[in-house]
Amino acid sequence: MGALIQARDLRRTYRMGGMDVHALSGVTLDIEAGAYVAVMGASGSGKSTFMNMLGALDQPSSGQLIINDIALHERSADELAAFRNQTIGFVFQQFNLLARTTALDNVGLPLLYSGMATKERHARAAHCLEMVGLGDRMDHHPSQLSGGQQQRVAIARALANNPRILLADEPTGALDSRTTQDVMAIFDQLNREGITLIIVTHEDEVGAHARRQIIFRDGHVLEDRR
Amino acid sequence: MSPLAAFGTALTALRVNALRSFLAMLGVIIGVAAVITTVSISQGAKRAIEEQISSLGANALMIRPNSSSRGGRRGGFGSGTPFSDADTIALRDLPYLAGASGTIGASGTLVVDGINWPSDVEGVDADYFDIRDIIIEDGRAFTQAETEARARVVLLGKTVERELFPYGGAIGSSVRINNIPFDVIGLIASSGQSSGGRDRDDIVYAPVSTVRSRLSGFRYPGVRDPVNAIWVEVRQGYDVETVTAQLTDFMTAQRNLRIGQEADFVVSNFADFIRARNESEKMFSVMLAAVAGVCLLVGGIGIMNIMLVSVTERTREIGLRLAVGARPRDIRNQFLVEAIVLCLAGGLFGLAFGAAGAYGVEKIGEFAVSIEPMVALIAVGASSLVGIIFGFYPAHRASQLNPIDALRYE
Ligand SMILES: Nc1ncnc2c1ncn2[C@@H]1O[C@H](COP(=O)(O)OP(=O)(O)OP(=O)(O)O)[C@@H](O)[C@H]1O
Ligand SMILES: [Mg+2]
Repeated sequence: MGALIQARDLRRTYRMGGMDVHALSGVTLDIEAGAYVAVMGASGSGKSTFMNMLGALDQPSSGQLIINDIALHERSADELAAFRNQTIGFVFQQFNLLARTTALDNVGLPLLYSGMATKERHARAAHCLEMVGLGDRMDHHPSQLSGGQQQRVAIARALANNPRILLADEPTGALDSRTTQDVMAIFDQLNREGITLIIVTHEDEVGAHARRQIIFRDGHVLEDRR
Repeated sequence: MSPLAAFGTALTALRVNALRSFLAMLGVIIGVAAVITTVSISQGAKRAIEEQISSLGANALMIRPNSSSRGGRRGGFGSGTPFSDADTIALRDLPYLAGASGTIGASGTLVVDGINWPSDVEGVDADYFDIRDIIIEDGRAFTQAETEARARVVLLGKTVERELFPYGGAIGSSVRINNIPFDVIGLIASSGQSSGGRDRDDIVYAPVSTVRSRLSGFRYPGVRDPVNAIWVEVRQGYDVETVTAQLTDFMTAQRNLRIGQEADFVVSNFADFIRARNESEKMFSVMLAAVAGVCLLVGGIGIMNIMLVSVTERTREIGLRLAVGARPRDIRNQFLVEAIVLCLAGGLFGLAFGAAGAYGVEKIGEFAVSIEPMVALIAVGASSLVGIIFGFYPAHRASQLNPIDALRYE
């Protein structure tokens, strides 16, 4: 039994007009269960590429990635879907909520794909919205919510299936400093309760919340501070 | 994802884009409506034909002289020579016939208590009612004795009865036809519908001998007791085709024609005659149905087009669904169900419009239509099949998207 997340020589290469772009060029690292990690680095250094690997949204060109004892590089599409559904919660910079869909139904979406019955699903989604302080906004559509509220709905959605790992790619990138604080308070609380948290950020204040900072440069890990 | 959840998701997506959903359906609506209308009209026509056939008597054949005059023939022999009562009597002995009746058509004015009513007077034998499946609603047919005695008895059709006896009491009353008194002995049940604008209940029946001697004055040199035509009924269990041939041979002998000489009469099977006359109409309705089928195909292509647009437009949504754990088949089913719901709803709307159209045609065009449940079922089934066939490709394409590419799609 190794660490919760084990990356071994992860590479991701894009072919662009006959040229190879190395978004990730050999990343090897372990992340323990319960860790609070900030992934930082210059724009284009490969942070999002790395996060997308962890969330099984993208496949490595080569290398190994084992998360929660599941070797992601050798799984079928259906197994990866189950992994994204059960093990991972993903929070995006642009929230990615379904328009014209209530907060409750947005949060219930992952539960729909885990086959939960309607009644249970609504109860669980409502509970998650209450955890992020939006118990009174359940019937609102995304367009009727502020940016901070939308991001909290997205966090509630990421939490719906009780994942072991929460991945957030610049979750506060579209928020002002006040709402950033609200969102970070929620992340801190979640990590205290035991969830493994990995956040990509450009902001040092946000990075300071984490107990470990991994700095990327040109597809490499430049620095790993604990 | 459960089928019910997939259905709910599809409905929500279609509602969000209600106008587009409706426009996408339009092709299917028009296609199904066209199928339903055309098929209902041709089914109605077919049914009317069958009714006409059964009202003629399903096993009835008519034998009549060939009235077309032929070159080189002299008058008095050959074309136009009528049959006679003697022929009718001879025909009754044939084992393959259940009955035979001579007929003479005449017209007359019926008078009761100052009410006048001109009508057709059909001279027939007692067998005629069975041959033509004419139902005597009240009273009785005339007997053989009455026929031989040229009795002045008459049976009235519904229209005639209504006009002359608006308050009932026809049976046992006396009617004057062309000033000759007749006793009303029976009433004919309504034949149910008119054909070609002619009211088939506007008729009365009297013994053929009575009509010949007292009303029509039908005579023909060299023929005793002539009749216009003879109706016969093929006995149950005998083949109508075979009997038609046998009758032709029998009548050829009866009329002393040489073997090989062209028959101067025809034996007509009215059921075949009517069916043949409607063959061309059938072709026409097949063509209409083909056009309707093409409409449905075009509707299906419309659905496919809209679904492809919808998949492209909702690429980010698909990416998100994949990111939170949708399997490729969940995405495929979602779009497939959307396409099927579109087509099925289009089919049901089309059914409603098609039925309305068919009834409209019935009202305006005054011909019968018939909407058969089976046709409705097939049309709606076909439209959902169109949904599956034309929805599959866009849905499959959606399911093959890579989560991150879909999420990043602009
Ligand atoms: N789909 C793609 N096709 C080609 N190149 C890509 C693609 N996605 C990313 N890249 C390249 O990979 C490199 C790493 O990109 P990535 O998005 O991981 O950077 P990042 O560290 O998240 O940057 P930022 O802080 O601006 O979000 C970049 O040079 C980018 O141009
Ligand atoms: Mg990035």
